[in-house]
Amino acid sequence: MKALVTVKRVIDYNVKVRIKPDGSDVDLTHVKMAMNPFCEIAIEEAVRLKEKGVISEIIVVSIGAQVVQEQLRAALAMGADRGILIQTDQTLGSFSTAKILKTVVESENPNLIIMGKQSIDSDNNQTGQMLAALLGWGQGTFASELTVHADTISVTREVDGGLSTVELNLPALVTVDLRLNTPRYVSVPNIMKAKRKTIDITALETLNLSLVENNEILSVESPPTRQAGIQVKTVDELLDKLKNEAKVLS
Amino acid sequence: MKTLIIVEHDHVQLMPSIAHLVYAAKNIGYPIALLVIGSNCQSVAKSAAVIDNVSEVICADASVYEHQLPENSALLIQALSHDYSHILVASSTFGKNLMPRVAALLSVDQISDVIAIQNESIFKRPIYAGNAIATIKSHAQIKVMTVRSTAFESVAMSGHQAPIVTCDIVHDNNLSRFIKAENAASDRPELTAARVVVSGGRGLANADNFQLLYQLADKLNAAVGASRAAVDAGFVPNDMQVGQTGKIVAPDLYIAVGISGAIQHLAGMKDSKVIVAINKDADAPIFKIADYGLSQDLFEVLPELIAKL
Ligand SMILES: Cc1cc2nc3c(=O)[nH]c(=O)nc-3n(C[C@H](O)[C@H](O)[C@H](O)COP(=O)(O)OP(=O)(O)OC[C@H]3O[C@@H](n4cnc5c(N)ncnc54)[C@H](O)[C@@H]3O)c2cc1C
Ligand SMILES: Nc1ncnc2c1ncn2[C@@H]1O[C@H](COP(=O)(O)O)[C@@H](O)[C@H]1O
Repeated sequence: MKALVTVKRVIDYNVKVRIKPDGSDVDLTHVKMAMNPFCEIAIEEAVRLKEKGVISEIIVVSIGAQVVQEQLRAALAMGADRGILIQTDQTLGSFSTAKILKTVVESENPNLIIMGKQSIDSDNNQTGQMLAALLGWGQGTFASELTVHADTISVTREVDGGLSTVELNLPALVTVDLRLNTPRYVSVPNIMKAKRKTIDITALETLNLSLVENNEILSVESPPTRQAGIQVKTVDELLDKLKNEAKVLS
Repeated sequence: MKTLIIVEHDHVQLMPSIAHLVYAAKNIGYPIALLVIGSNCQSVAKSAAVIDNVSEVICADASVYEHQLPENSALLIQALSHDYSHILVASSTFGKNLMPRVAALLSVDQISDVIAIQNESIFKRPIYAGNAIATIKSHAQIKVMTVRSTAFESVAMSGHQAPIVTCDIVHDNNLSRFIKAENAASDRPELTAARVVVSGGRGLANADNFQLLYQLADKLNAAVGASRAAVDAGFVPNDMQVGQTGKIVAPDLYIAVGISGAIQHLAGMKDSKVIVAINKDADAPIFKIADYGLSQDLFEVLPELIAKL
């Protein structure tokens, strides 16, 4: 069984973004970048399935600028077999991303696609569901547990009310949540080995897709900032403030 | 031009978010229809019909919709879509699972997690864990969006009677099957709708100590939340997680206990009206956004607080 895993290069999750003084966008110059944490979990899951003998090949795909190869190499070092870069300097929305990924799926014919549930930059949480729709496949979103059977996959999903389990016919698409696994640290020998794995690079233009961006960013601003309040010394003082100053307790 | 809102329900009750979504949709300015998808969901449709400002309720009642799976629900919504300029759903896990599938079938981007509606095509939404707010203009023929219900007030459910129309479109689902749900039963108020929320973090140290938070919550008629660290450590179930990847809450009073205040946690609670932080580390980042900080050991503070309430 062949698995396709998607990875996105995003701002490192520890970094707090700055907004450009002209309010046109966030400022990413000299900001530390990394693999989207959810994509790391997606790769880890694929590698574990390969170690169990469920999956025979893991193909990792990213759409983005040339530097995105760094994240593809990181995924190869974790255990993916080969990489595909669809290269573009354009900023793409989720629908365009899903359309591009669909062409990769059509040429690679995987049985399983594993994606992050959300990019931590756009916080869109759309691309996986969109790709599943375009392919006409079943979707198991926000997965915290996966079991692959012969023709189906069971996916336990983290939902607002607790957990929900669905069974999907294969081929199927899964988006992963944080508690599915803890990604491994990559060893130096594996980093060296990853250097010899192949990354196929295709320029986006050569796919001849007509891509239309329909969400235009007019401006980006800081959220209203909260002022730090006061330190109270005792429980009595806290209760007094909540009752008589904030008036949230009676 | 009409707006369609997908109703989230469990076949017994409407999720309270619906009244907030109708309030949000009023800013678009077009008549508002609600769509109830389910099996034997007539009674839910009736309770939706009493919501103010609703012009009609469409009820798609068929056994294939029993578990409201996205594969066929999305096809149903696509089939109904030509009457509408806007399609909305709450940005709950239900809405996030379903709506991008609808958007893709309609060949448009979704606008995720809308927190303000300026007019029919301009919206605000948080990005980067809420550290930036983007103003988006949608050029799509049809605007498909998820809406953060806590960012909007709610309309009344004052016994107004919108007509209920039946929709007979049935799409089978041969891609996925529902197997089971494990729902954490609780008598406490629902997290995203509660007036008071008390949340615990890694500082609580184990599951047993969460009893202290439950006692505090009972005194305040509060919902109980948690940080990701507390959920990952197994102190509490996943549905209690507040944050970028958990639930977004905006209560009148939020009490963070033994939580450091990572940006991903703040993303889920910083719009609360009054924030209280209890943390023994005076330098914890949570104090930077708290209205009232108490820098002491939670195991001393909580029993005293519970006793004095
Ligand atoms: C992609 C991504 C998404 C994430 N999403 C979320 C999310 O949705 N929600 C979320 O919460 N986190 C999320 N996180 C995790 C987040 O980065 C933090 O790791 C997490 O919020 C820390 O939880 P905590 O504050 O409970 O633990 P810690 O950071 O370990 O803080 C524990 C605090 O307890 C205090 N303490 C300890 N003992 C006591 C005592 N006896 N009395 C008083 N105080 C005490 C300590 O001083 C400390 O400040 C996410 C991370 C990533 C990478
Ligand atoms: N440019 C991209 N390249 C590869 N994968 C992507 C890209 N954008 C999004 N994805 C995948 O889609 C998931 C969800 O992203 P989003 O819908 O943007 O929140 C991410 O976790 C990635 O796995």
